[in-house]
Amino acid sequence: MSDPAFEPNTPNVEVDPLTFLPPDEPVHLVDADGTYHEDPEHPLDLTDEQLRELYRLMMVTRKVDREAINLQRQGQLGVYASCMGQEAAQVGSAYALGTDDWIFPSYRELGAALVRQVDAAGLLHLYRGTWLSDHDPYKHNFALMSIPIGTQALHATGFAMGARFDGNPIVAMTYFGDGGTSEGDPHEAMTFAGVMRSPVIFFVQNNQYAISVPLAKQTAAPTLAHKAIGYGLPGRRCDGNDVLATYAVTKRAVERARAGAGPTFIEAMTYRMEAHTTSDDPSRYRTKEELEAAALTDPIARMRNFLTKRDLYDGELETAIDEQAKATATHVRAGIYDAPHGDPMELFEHVYTDPAGHFEDQVAQLRAELDGASAAEGEA
Amino acid sequence: MAVTMAQAINQALKDAMEADPKVLMFGEDVGKLGGVFRVTDGLQAMFGEDRCFDTPLAESGIIGTAIGLAMYGYRPIAEMQFDGFTYPAFEQIVSHLAKMPNRSRGTVKLPVTVRIPFGGGIGAVEHHSESPEAYWAHTAGLKVFTPGTPEDGYSMMREAIESDDPVIFLEPKRRYWMKSDQQLPVTTEPARQAVVRRAGTDVSLFCYGPMVRTALEAAEAAADEGWSLEVVDLRSLAPLDTASIIASVERTGRAIVVHEAARNLGLGAEIAARVQEGAFYHLEAPVLRATGFDTPYPPAKLEEYWLPDVDRILDAVERSLAY
Repeated sequence: MSDPAFEPNTPNVEVDPLTFLPPDEPVHLVDADGTYHEDPEHPLDLTDEQLRELYRLMMVTRKVDREAINLQRQGQLGVYASCMGQEAAQVGSAYALGTDDWIFPSYRELGAALVRQVDAAGLLHLYRGTWLSDHDPYKHNFALMSIPIGTQALHATGFAMGARFDGNPIVAMTYFGDGGTSEGDPHEAMTFAGVMRSPVIFFVQNNQYAISVPLAKQTAAPTLAHKAIGYGLPGRRCDGNDVLATYAVTKRAVERARAGAGPTFIEAMTYRMEAHTTSDDPSRYRTKEELEAAALTDPIARMRNFLTKRDLYDGELETAIDEQAKATATHVRAGIYDAPHGDPMELFEHVYTDPAGHFEDQVAQLRAELDGASAAEGEA
Repeated sequence: MAVTMAQAINQALKDAMEADPKVLMFGEDVGKLGGVFRVTDGLQAMFGEDRCFDTPLAESGIIGTAIGLAMYGYRPIAEMQFDGFTYPAFEQIVSHLAKMPNRSRGTVKLPVTVRIPFGGGIGAVEHHSESPEAYWAHTAGLKVFTPGTPEDGYSMMREAIESDDPVIFLEPKRRYWMKSDQQLPVTTEPARQAVVRRAGTDVSLFCYGPMVRTALEAAEAAADEGWSLEVVDLRSLAPLDTASIIASVERTGRAIVVHEAARNLGLGAEIAARVQEGAFYHLEAPVLRATGFDTPYPPAKLEEYWLPDVDRILDAVERSLAY
């Protein structure tokens, strides 16, 4: 028998939680042949110029991505994680943010970085190993690429908590993948974000594989977006190869967060058309037929078809974009090819703002080793 | 009026939050309850729920969000409720808190203080009495402080909060109730400086945190035997004040490291290595260690057999003097 005076704690839910469940079908606005479907919930609020820009950003992303793979094959990068096939997911979502908003990426977010005008050559220093990163996060509101899976979701959440405490109407968006939804940190991040009503967006690129492990072995959830309701977040889904859908769904999440209504989880259905990284051999776990089928969903061809149908695409635009993509790729190649590492003494420079007492003897040791090496070189 | 170490740390938190509106204090049960050891008592009432708040029960979440808050410009103090519960946060501490400033070439600063009540001797259940300091001291990018007196509890906490580098602040929980007549605020030596708590001529005892008092008791008892022990409180485990350690061994010629943590690869191993490298010709005896055993922390009824105490220290002193 229950005590009538006892009322158990209940979470603070002001809306019907069932609205947090993802819709049956992912939001999809453009077919592979470019046919556009009106969706009153996701009106097209982009100018012709912006539509072209989305296409241009995806094209540049693909070109730079290909250049990075080439650089790796030429021994210029130790490894590279391609985002080929995921351009619409990244570009559309990043494009929905305001310039003061922040992005907390994983290591596969070249497309999002290019939207943020991060120098792609700089990003690749991580893969070349000249340094662990090479961009100032505060200049682009683009955090360092995070390699441990899903850990960046917490940084985005903390950052967004800070913005809320500060009365600053910015939004933080973090990217992780289908594999990342199995790690603990994204779940802790969603728990915190839900409780704290942090203006954060969890953007999951479901590219079907965590290296070789397919989604079916990653989760038994009906969809990844169903996970959100457990944390009091709306779970949304979109066609991740439809740049207008990824843009529109993210835009709504941004507006929701900025209005103080809290975080959103978005699952973008996409496909990793390349290997996990250049060190991977996907022929061991997926078939040629599967790849051929996936190629039919290519996000870039789809957007080109859409623009063509609207008379927004012609030879002139094609040439202009081609030239820009090539120029960016050339810039990346010039910045990376045979790029030297810096002064080895820099190893000690950024470990502490106040390094006193930590490794003075080791600083002296390396300096002596370097002096010895250069003296030996002089003698030879 | 006497102040306990817990009160001294609490006062340091209050004064730091008063001095800088960017200082935040959060963790499990730190709000209304004031922390399970009451170290955050009154902070939420004074500074509001946006500056001192309870988090969901998730240690990785606490440290990961502290990193995000620090990136935004806050100066977070994150509490891990007990030593044995820091391990879920291990990845965030080791892979990001310690390394992100270096990864960013110094563009990202993470002025985060991680408060961890640590060590045994309070009759607790498993996971509540551990000494994980070697993990943190081994990790480049972290500073590791541990006070042995209420005065240091105050002053070193203020220094930790003001540091632009991440600091793991290990609070010796069995000394939370240790009292001092010192008026607060107080500024003691900078944390990186070891302090000689008792000067002596025969053997140096190197200790920190909860073992400072135990070492002083041992020195007192040793005096009855006619042995003069020097007690050096290390205070900072990263960086270690090698110069003060060497100087003490140069005075005494004998060194014993005392810590609760298990012996194997504990701080004692590092200190022994530094002493033999820096004071080899001054040594009259091998560097010895009076520590916990290389077993998991014992059940409460057996902890007195596990923890180093006055007898174990004096036994080491005797062995050292026998050389």
